[in-house]
Amino acid sequence: MRNVYVLGTGMVKFGRYPEKTVPELGGEAALIALKDAGIAIKDVEMFASGNLYQSNAMVGQRILQQIGQTGIPVINVANACATGSTAFREAFMAVASGMYDVTMAVGVEQMGKQGLLGGAGGGDPAYATEGKLGSGLMPAVFGQAGIEHMRKYGTKLEHFAKISVKSHKHATKNPFSQYRNEVSLEDVMNARMVAYPNTLYMCCPTGDGAAAAILCSEEKLKQFAGGRKRPKVAASVLTSDPYTDRDLTLPDVSTLTRRASKKAYEIAGVGAKDMALTELHDCFATAELVHYENLGLCGDGGAGEFIDKKGGMHPSLGGFSPVNVSGGLLSKGHPLGATGVANICEVVWHLTQDDRAKDRQVPNAKAGQAHVIGLGSACTIHVLTI
Amino acid sequence: MAEQAQATDSGPRPLVPFLKLGASPHLEGQKCTCGAIFLDPKRIACSKCGTAGSLKPVQLSNKGKVYVFSVVHQSFPGIKTPYMTAIVDLPEGVSVRSTLVDLDPLEAQKNPGKVFDLPVELVTSVVAKDREGHEVVGFQYKPSR
Repeated sequence: MRNVYVLGTGMVKFGRYPEKTVPELGGEAALIALKDAGIAIKDVEMFASGNLYQSNAMVGQRILQQIGQTGIPVINVANACATGSTAFREAFMAVASGMYDVTMAVGVEQMGKQGLLGGAGGGDPAYATEGKLGSGLMPAVFGQAGIEHMRKYGTKLEHFAKISVKSHKHATKNPFSQYRNEVSLEDVMNARMVAYPNTLYMCCPTGDGAAAAILCSEEKLKQFAGGRKRPKVAASVLTSDPYTDRDLTLPDVSTLTRRASKKAYEIAGVGAKDMALTELHDCFATAELVHYENLGLCGDGGAGEFIDKKGGMHPSLGGFSPVNVSGGLLSKGHPLGATGVANICEVVWHLTQDDRAKDRQVPNAKAGQAHVIGLGSACTIHVLTI
Repeated sequence: MAEQAQATDSGPRPLVPFLKLGASPHLEGQKCTCGAIFLDPKRIACSKCGTAGSLKPVQLSNKGKVYVFSVVHQSFPGIKTPYMTAIVDLPEGVSVRSTLVDLDPLEAQKNPGKVFDLPVELVTSVVAKDREGHEVVGFQYKPSR
């Protein structure tokens, strides 16, 4: 395995772009990343494209139609919410293996203003189980994950609500964020309940967006970086859910995250304490809380106390172990396929003191991690160091 | 998504294949020699140990205990909210997801601790009519008296 570096990154602000197509959004992010890397599309030897909703429609090739059809190998990746990060991992492995020197990963999604995710299916609607056999929709699924934590450790609604307050506060400093409004604890607690304990502000929005990364070998880094510091991908881990007793009725997002986390820290030779920042998969406030423990940012059962002591908050707000300084999925947004690459962009920007993170820069950032969960399930963790 | 039940007669049909109707409605799982039990979807080999040909039908208890729940306030058009969704643990060591009935959802939100480990039992009701006019029967859990 060779060392792999992130030479360039690009991101299209998450939001709503009904006037654009998926390949246009993805192409825009790719062009920004290429410019940031100081290379052209002709320098890219392999491309992994992540998109979920058009996964049968050759999105990667259509992105190249937008920015330059060079005939390189293209892989189209779909892995639920871990789609973008899995595409990044494909591009990483292509360089690590020694097969290619410069690769590109793009994550892109256009969701529009659709409603709740999941639960729909073909066939006679009389046999659709949603609402008749409980709920398989994401707010309830992740609501139960939070309630399981309440059951085990006495966690309160306030703990989940505080996560949403933090996310929104962080997002005010991120121009790439879909929402940049602050909310108070009362706003969050009194907002419309979607699925207990997740109120509206504890659920991530739907949206459109794209992010891209250029990866390269050490040799190409010397050639293209021109003395600019670029982070190393210190670990790239992908897990699926192993059999656990309730996984099929109560999706278990913890076991595969814990496995991935342990392996990622091992490979990278760092620990949770070394993480200057963590971007984790806060599709719901309840999810963020359980991942504090899953990623070792606090001990088992310690998430409530961690939150009360301002764990996860940006150091400029008096916090420590900052989590989702970008605003996270809750505020920055969650265009499914784009999320995994955007999280990596955020970590890169802090490690390289990029202007794109200047108002929220985490001090002395030498290592950071990006975690994603795709329900069904897939978990990726990327640790970056500089 | 559950596969649709096969037609056997002109009578009611189960919402999901693992619900067995008749005089005493119950759930039927597949049990592996390793002890793991599966409800849906039907397996061709064991998810836990990977053994093929080891799965046999097993009738499951109609009584269980609530592990966790949520109260759904927003759903698809036509679905009445709020309602309670729950994960129910059965004594055989398998868990089932369904709707909890005969409980006040808003009260449960105020006192979630009262719902954990609540003994419940399976009930059935007609939940829809299919395109061919058959009644579709689903199952729910209600507190045991």
